[in-house]
Amino acid sequence: MILDGKCPTGPIEQTWDKHRFDLKLVNPANKRKYNVIVVGTGLAGGAAAASLGELGYNVQAFCYQDSPRRAHSIAAQGGINAAKAYPNDGDSIYRLFYDTIKGGDFRAREADVWRLAQVSNNIIDQCVAQGIPFARDYAGYLDNRSFGGAQVSRTFYARGQTGQQLLLGAYSALSRQIKAGTVKMYNRREMLDLVVVDGVARGITVRNLVTGALESYAADAVCLCTGGYVNVFYLSTNAMGCSVTANWKAHKKGALFANPCYTQIHPTCIPQAGDYQSKLTLMSESLRNDGRCWAPKKKGDTRPPNQIPEEDRDYYLERKYPSFGNLAPRDIASRAAKEQCDEGRGVGPGGRGVYLDFADSIKRLSEDTIRERYGNLFEMYEKITDENAYKSPMRIYPAPHYSMGGLWVDYNLMSNVPGLFVLGEANFSVHGANRLGASALMQGLADGYFVIPYTIGGYLATVKPGQVKEDHAEFKKSMEDVNKDVNKLLSINGKRTVTDFMRELGTMMWENCGMARTKESLEANIKKIPALREEFWKNVKVSGSGADLNQQLENAGRTADFLEFGELLCRDALHRNESCGGHFRSEYQYDDGEAKRDDVNYCYVGAWEFKGVGVEPELHKEPLKFENVHLAVRSYK
Amino acid sequence: MSDHKTMTLTLIVWRQKNASDPGKFETYTAKNITEHHSFLEMLDCVNEDLILEGREPIVFDHDCREGICGMCSQVINGAPHGGQVRTTVCQLHMRKFKDGDTIYIEPWRARAFPIIKDLIVDRSALDTIIQAGGYTSCHTGGVADGNAILIPKPVADEAMDAAECIGCGACVAGCPNGAAMLFTGAKVSQLALLPQGKTEAAARVTAMTKAMAECGFGNCTNHYECQAACPKGINVKFIARMNREFLKAQFA
Amino acid sequence: MQLLSSSIGRKIVMAITGLLMILFVVVHLIGNTTIFGWISGGINAYAHHLHAFPPLVWAFRAFMLAAVSIHIWYGIQLTIENRGGRSQPYAVKATQKATFASENMIWTGLLLLCFIIYHLLHFTMKVVPGMALVPDAEGAINVFTMVVSSFQNFFVAFIYVAAMVTLFLHLSHGIQSFFQTMGWSTDRTLPVYVKAGTLVALVLFLGYVAVPLSIFAGILKG
Repeated sequence: MILDGKCPTGPIEQTWDKHRFDLKLVNPANKRKYNVIVVGTGLAGGAAAASLGELGYNVQAFCYQDSPRRAHSIAAQGGINAAKAYPNDGDSIYRLFYDTIKGGDFRAREADVWRLAQVSNNIIDQCVAQGIPFARDYAGYLDNRSFGGAQVSRTFYARGQTGQQLLLGAYSALSRQIKAGTVKMYNRREMLDLVVVDGVARGITVRNLVTGALESYAADAVCLCTGGYVNVFYLSTNAMGCSVTANWKAHKKGALFANPCYTQIHPTCIPQAGDYQSKLTLMSESLRNDGRCWAPKKKGDTRPPNQIPEEDRDYYLERKYPSFGNLAPRDIASRAAKEQCDEGRGVGPGGRGVYLDFADSIKRLSEDTIRERYGNLFEMYEKITDENAYKSPMRIYPAPHYSMGGLWVDYNLMSNVPGLFVLGEANFSVHGANRLGASALMQGLADGYFVIPYTIGGYLATVKPGQVKEDHAEFKKSMEDVNKDVNKLLSINGKRTVTDFMRELGTMMWENCGMARTKESLEANIKKIPALREEFWKNVKVSGSGADLNQQLENAGRTADFLEFGELLCRDALHRNESCGGHFRSEYQYDDGEAKRDDVNYCYVGAWEFKGVGVEPELHKEPLKFENVHLAVRSYK
Repeated sequence: MSDHKTMTLTLIVWRQKNASDPGKFETYTAKNITEHHSFLEMLDCVNEDLILEGREPIVFDHDCREGICGMCSQVINGAPHGGQVRTTVCQLHMRKFKDGDTIYIEPWRARAFPIIKDLIVDRSALDTIIQAGGYTSCHTGGVADGNAILIPKPVADEAMDAAECIGCGACVAGCPNGAAMLFTGAKVSQLALLPQGKTEAAARVTAMTKAMAECGFGNCTNHYECQAACPKGINVKFIARMNREFLKAQFA
Repeated sequence: MQLLSSSIGRKIVMAITGLLMILFVVVHLIGNTTIFGWISGGINAYAHHLHAFPPLVWAFRAFMLAAVSIHIWYGIQLTIENRGGRSQPYAVKATQKATFASENMIWTGLLLLCFIIYHLLHFTMKVVPGMALVPDAEGAINVFTMVVSSFQNFFVAFIYVAAMVTLFLHLSHGIQSFFQTMGWSTDRTLPVYVKAGTLVALVLFLGYVAVPLSIFAGILKG
């Protein structure tokens, strides 16, 4: 099947405005008759629930945490992009659009990205109005910093906690609507199934994580704002609870999964310290504004970093990418770090690390300036490693961070299942094969505040409200299915813990489908994952009861889904015989090690249709057309 | 990676089946712990052993494990988050402990935070306080340009100091009265400092302090335990500012 | 009115009434020191001036009684509300900032109430036995003699010194608390208030105990 993204046509500058006019509207008096479910309360979900509630829809919002304020958007550190061009340095909506398309290695839809760039400015205004304390200069104007993949300063920030501040802004808007009664909030609920009636999304089945009870919720539209899936690598910068479960359940009910192989490995994370480790911690990309990446020139150089003289250091990013230097995009910086370590020039335990050095900046600007800019990051680094990064360079290594792939959506953010909308990291839409820094916050809030409020109206105006209620047979069936899975997990009583399985899957994914992939490594995974999945369902040990708060059971369910999803990720990576963005196939590279894209054969979105567990999924393609940006080799040299 | 010395620790952990169970302490041993384990990873190891022995693992709230989501909530040896300055439990590392140590682990204890299970408490009262007025009533869209309101850097910086709150509730857990003054004061102050929040300042402080009392939080007696417990080091000056805003609101 | 229904409002009332009492205690101390004879006629003259216009004396007493009563009433009320603010005590207590003084305000406060009652019975109503009440020609009691004879008794001197320790504790937390509750402190000024408050409490303590101690030690003689 050839998929149609339903993108508006005509001059790109007018696409969104024209489309907004073309969308049908729901009469204000009728809005309250429509129920909308929002799953997840991060930037996309929080903003969507608040905005839809404010418009007058009847919103039910769900999150697995104890409060909507805890979604993992909160952990984003560096900033949020917008095309405000306040610094007068040549920025424009067009340039943000262009940078994002190029940063994504020409694998995103032009119209979607244009819209993102266009509404980016509204986001900053909205956040300021909410009382988000963005950094300001002494004259009182908003301050900007630089981020990877751009030669302009367009990143707005609130110390090293921009994600937290933006999320708390969305959370406060959401809280206002909860108080007003337009949004009903359900905390500590995990979505375990999408209910589809006659091909249309009509609701969800959730597990109350405190009582263990399964609950049904019906609605006229369901918005999944459930984040990304890089916890499939087990160790990642994501929160422990981040999972593919909500997306995967929707996928199993018919929603297409697009580009799962586009996973972002963030170049600056604290290296792993031991096997017991449960997660990896990100050090913001903003550090690369003032930090210089280097590795020793000599293999196996064990001298302390301060004793390695300048001539024995390789500032590899500055050497390889002189025009972008340390601010090369993430995929490129990550691969470069891996390259250093693979050549035996890595530092720290196991040689899995490179240095991020602030000595020059401290000399140039003073330690106080560096402390003011990144103090909390240096503090965090010291807590975890017990090392003082003002005195000796940080050790960093790439780690899984973000997923560009996600459920397939059209221009209206609606999946191929009518009534199912997907927002934020959970969808595949704007980042192509690689996301630029400070663009995730932009996308989440764009989708939530400024896209879905328009496009959901266009859909709801065409459906009669309240057609299906919770007593429908499909809801009962869904609940029975979920219940069956829960009981099965509890009854296996095997010999290995859930974490044990997840760790094995993660290692497999990281080694064979991580920063670099080959046909052989992927085929090995496609063989090994089903075997591991089979063992899981025979040998996992989940104790306790289903009618209680049971964290093992929660993890078991998520792991079961990762065990199915991991295979899809590998299949997608195997079918895409090219290297682009976060997807690097070792077979497809230029002599200098740069990614070799194949625009003739792979300039499309690959969206997979579920055909059954262990059954080969079916690939559908949405061709990508580039009418405003010239398809070119992506160079940051 | 296993060249580090390992520690063995005795854990005395609060176990409580549900809200109505009286609960009790139980003793566990944590073995093969290195100085690089985070506190939660140490508990993960204990739990893995418990699961394999067929016993119920200790449940505790946690999510981001990088000190920002505010989910983790344990009182360790009497100190919320373990007492290391500006550190959440998830950021606390075992190098702060010695081989052979005995560690008491308890949930947040406050009237407004009923225990759900083991170390997990219900903190929805904090949401209720925010819902009472912890926002500016701006509409999505239709707002002024971000630079239309100039905010002096010191004001923006101080608002940010207050806005750093992660809503973990350690201030409540640390307060002998179970008061939420630091939590509420931080939000009231953030919005009262900024021009965007000034319009509704009087109504906000009135509504939020009222909600705070209705949720069952205690009152402030100026011990400043909250500031010591706060993993973000939020200063009690924001309580003073809230008091001032409250007083102003009486004459507004 | 929310001022009196909210805890912050009631604390503000406590802060203001507390301030009134602090001012009273300061003036009272200045009056006490006249016993050392730095005004002509010493403490007898001071006492005479103070009681020169009875309506004012009674009005002032009524005012102070009201302030004390409100302070105590809200103090008890807020303390009761705070009981059980913590559902259950921690097995291990690791106090980081709270002090003995801050944790025992209710008890130091109530002890001071007992002391005030005793003090009024003692020197104002003069019904406590064991002191020399010598009237002068106009029938006024010689205050100097009364005070000196009282404090020559160990137990009386001890009660007064103990009460002043209690006052020191109460004020060392109370003075900085006043600024915090009124919202007049910042991160820079609060440490100053804490130190200054303790210093003021210490000066008051030393000033007050100077009288009974110097009498008991025989430095000040009748």
